[in-house]
Amino acid sequence: MNLNQLTISEAKEGLKEKKFSSVELTKACLLQIEKHNKELNAFLTICKDKALAAAKKADEKLKNGDTSPLLGIPFSMKDVYSTKNVRTTAGSKVLDNYIPPYNATVYQKLVNAGAILLGKTNCDAWGHGGSTENSDFGVTKNPWNKDYVAGGSSGGSTAALASDMTIFEIGEDTGGSIRLPASFCSTVGLKVTYGRVSRYGAIAYASSLDTMGPITKSVEDAAYLLEIIAGGDEKDATSSPRNVPLYTKHLTNNIRGLRIGLPKEFFGKGLDIEVKQTIDEAIKTLTSQGAEIVDASIPSVEYGIATYYIIAPSETSSNLARYDGIRYGNKRSSFGDEAKRRIMIGTYALSAGYYDAYYKKAMQVRTMIKNDFTKAFEKCDVILSPVSPTPPFKIGEKTDDPLQMYLVDIYTVLINLAGVPSLALPCGFSKNNLPIGMQLIGPQFSEDKILNAGYQFEQATKWHKQKPNL
Amino acid sequence: MKYTPVIGLEIHVELKTKSKMFCGCSADYFGQKPNTHTCPVCLGLPGALPVPNQQAIDWCVMIGMALNCEIPLFSKFDRKNYFYPDLAKGYQISQYDQPFCLKGSIKLSNGKTIGITRVHMEEDTAKLMHEGKDSLVDFNRSGVPLVEIVTEPDFDNAADVKEYLQKLQQIVRYLNVANADMEKGDMRLEPNISLRKEDEKYLPKYKVEVKNINSFRFVEKTIEYEITRQTEILDSGKLPAQETRGWDEKKQITYSQRTKEEANEYRYFPEPDIPPLRWNKSSIRQLAKQMPELPDAKLKRFQKEYDLPIYDAEILTREKSMADYFEECVKVSTLQPKSIANYIINKKINIEEVLPAMLVKQIIQSTQTATVDDESLGKIIDEVISENQKAVEDFKNGKETVIMFLVGQVMKKSKQKLDANIVKTLLIKKLNSYG
Amino acid sequence: MKIDVAHVAKLANLPLTDEEKKKFEKQLSSILEYIAKLNEVDTKNIEPTSQVTGLENVTREDITAPSFTQDEALSNTTSKHNGLFKVPAILES
Repeated sequence: MNLNQLTISEAKEGLKEKKFSSVELTKACLLQIEKHNKELNAFLTICKDKALAAAKKADEKLKNGDTSPLLGIPFSMKDVYSTKNVRTTAGSKVLDNYIPPYNATVYQKLVNAGAILLGKTNCDAWGHGGSTENSDFGVTKNPWNKDYVAGGSSGGSTAALASDMTIFEIGEDTGGSIRLPASFCSTVGLKVTYGRVSRYGAIAYASSLDTMGPITKSVEDAAYLLEIIAGGDEKDATSSPRNVPLYTKHLTNNIRGLRIGLPKEFFGKGLDIEVKQTIDEAIKTLTSQGAEIVDASIPSVEYGIATYYIIAPSETSSNLARYDGIRYGNKRSSFGDEAKRRIMIGTYALSAGYYDAYYKKAMQVRTMIKNDFTKAFEKCDVILSPVSPTPPFKIGEKTDDPLQMYLVDIYTVLINLAGVPSLALPCGFSKNNLPIGMQLIGPQFSEDKILNAGYQFEQATKWHKQKPNL
Repeated sequence: MKYTPVIGLEIHVELKTKSKMFCGCSADYFGQKPNTHTCPVCLGLPGALPVPNQQAIDWCVMIGMALNCEIPLFSKFDRKNYFYPDLAKGYQISQYDQPFCLKGSIKLSNGKTIGITRVHMEEDTAKLMHEGKDSLVDFNRSGVPLVEIVTEPDFDNAADVKEYLQKLQQIVRYLNVANADMEKGDMRLEPNISLRKEDEKYLPKYKVEVKNINSFRFVEKTIEYEITRQTEILDSGKLPAQETRGWDEKKQITYSQRTKEEANEYRYFPEPDIPPLRWNKSSIRQLAKQMPELPDAKLKRFQKEYDLPIYDAEILTREKSMADYFEECVKVSTLQPKSIANYIINKKINIEEVLPAMLVKQIIQSTQTATVDDESLGKIIDEVISENQKAVEDFKNGKETVIMFLVGQVMKKSKQKLDANIVKTLLIKKLNSYG
Repeated sequence: MKIDVAHVAKLANLPLTDEEKKKFEKQLSSILEYIAKLNEVDTKNIEPTSQVTGLENVTREDITAPSFTQDEALSNTTSKHNGLFKVPAILES
């Protein structure tokens, strides 16, 4: 096994036991990036020298007995996090040359924990998309089959991780942007409860929906990272001051009696048969571990996309208004097509005479969606559903029809609208050997519960151990 | 044709908090090196988030309470979206449909009541300077807390507007929440001016907003200029354009800036980055307790408690520091409040320099009379009588007021501070004895 | 559903070519048509949700924190003059 293939827990163990150094670990990742990034286009910026210098320092600290939780472990981030003195583009040409003079809270926490930034990964510009085909820097290819998309918007993140260019990733999920690419690339991806992790310094797409979360090679790693990045932040007024539990301590609880809800609306028409069969298998595994299956209903599923595509574009039209090319970045003409579309939809939905019919209406339906989940969780502990109605699709397949692209998010946007957490994890492969993922959704701040269930499933199946043939 | 002006005001007052509205940058930007009071938040860098300043919110509510507003228990911030180079984020964080304060009023000295529509909290924009073909932007002012006070269109003349402004300035200074210095831009005035036919009741179909009035002196001039301008247009049978105009200080005219965008094109929506704010009755009571006595109440109390004429009370309560000074003087002395008031007003005392105890001493010294023996005083009186025969005659003919003139002449001649009562008694005695 | 792309683009401060206007009009119209689905939903008496955290009264104390230096503030612009950001004149007279 190469060092770059390690999980966080494995890498930590090796560093502690002095089986290898942080420099060796970092070099292994950089080598993998060098080998495959050209083809996959997962990284937009690579911090080779900075990473190696930091690794050298980390080795010193390790020698001196420093036990910082991520000391010497290389990682990468979706290119939406402000990283001081490291170019940050949000996947857009508008920010082609932007060098933030400050750090996002999540990044600062990781640096404080001793982690080493390898670089910044590709995404749909501003998070607008489900395939990275809307990145102004070219599409990211799926490591499992390079004719296919890696998913999006955090597609660079999951492709980098699935191809072992990095030990862990931090993504961002507004309507499925962590979970969809995680499921398309067979990685673990956690969409946290809104407010669980600070948004400060993460370039905003849709402020009331954006969440920051880990993308990892195992559920254990996700739990471990969440302990480090979660928590209230005085710089983010919407971050929750709630205590951060030790998520890793809950992983090994058995799930006997766990009530898993299967909302019929998530398994209706439009769901690919292979995806359905794979999910059915997963359900069998979980029930064999003692979980109980209960009926559930989220009647508002069919309005999720419409609601999302009013609220998210409205907020984004406002969030992207600051890009005027004066203080930083390029002129507004440099926005890509999808950004322009969403800015215009949002501007329209908020404009005179349309506010009540669109924005206000969407906020009301949002209330109904939120209530649907609250009600569903009275009868079950977690909800299980597919992440995407289909396995990964081919590059270019949906680019001509924005609406078809939007519908890919049908099972994911609701979770953002409700503000609840959802863990995406690998649960099998299609006949064409393309990854299929499922999501475990819980009530607000129940990350411990869904991580526990995910971990138990992972231990029983080991789908996460499968590696693409690069 | 006769017209009645219909004038409503939007006043912006910058609060004097230590830090800005949504970030920790110092709000004390005046005269500072450009772009040195900035951070990710007030520069609108990607990813930055606003966290509201509690002090500014409290002060905004206190201003509302001072203007007799209702304080709704629920409030929130909204985004007001528009593009301008002085606006860092492409939107201003403001308040739309649920401001902190609603439906207040203020009474003018002529008894007229001006309705306050709303008082809300927002952030200031950056400062734009114009230089040839370029405009230059300094973001030090970006994000400074700004309170907007909107009145009903209740004014019909410039003098009332001026008094209202002075009252408002006095109130925020009493509250000690703003400097409200128009010349420095701490307080900005935007009147909406239109005219309606004298015999009509409904509001005119247009509204002209005037900006850039940066001095009290120009408020009246601007309004009068607009009234004349609009009268001419209306008299010619046309309707003045709905627009924003600027005041040109040099030419003493207003000029068209832009036709105003419809208000609802600001695409307001609730600010997703800031949780809403909820008051409870006790927190409001708590704030009310922190409020100092306000100018109107103080004015009344001074008249009553210290037995002062309105003229004196008005001068003494114009600024809170002066009022406090006066009361301190009253407290540390046994003098009549009126004589303290006289002394402060007539001598134009610099309250920064003279401590209250010191002032009291000065007053006592000044009223202490020289003791002059009866003989030499009698001599002076004799001289005065002989030199002012006309006055003496007047007195004898029953014009008793003349006595004070003669007392004055005696004082003048003696070149000493004499007790006027003693002089008067002696004078009358002498005059009568001259029979 | 018809959308006035030119008007919306102007409001959004987006410079569009005529070709783009045509393309977007078609795409946006089909998206808006889909979104109109929401009209089916009865939302009478339903409160709007703009935030899901349930948090209220999150404020900070009035304390100052360090600011950027002038160089840091201007570090990402090429259009500057004497410590100020420079933009094309926007005099309105």
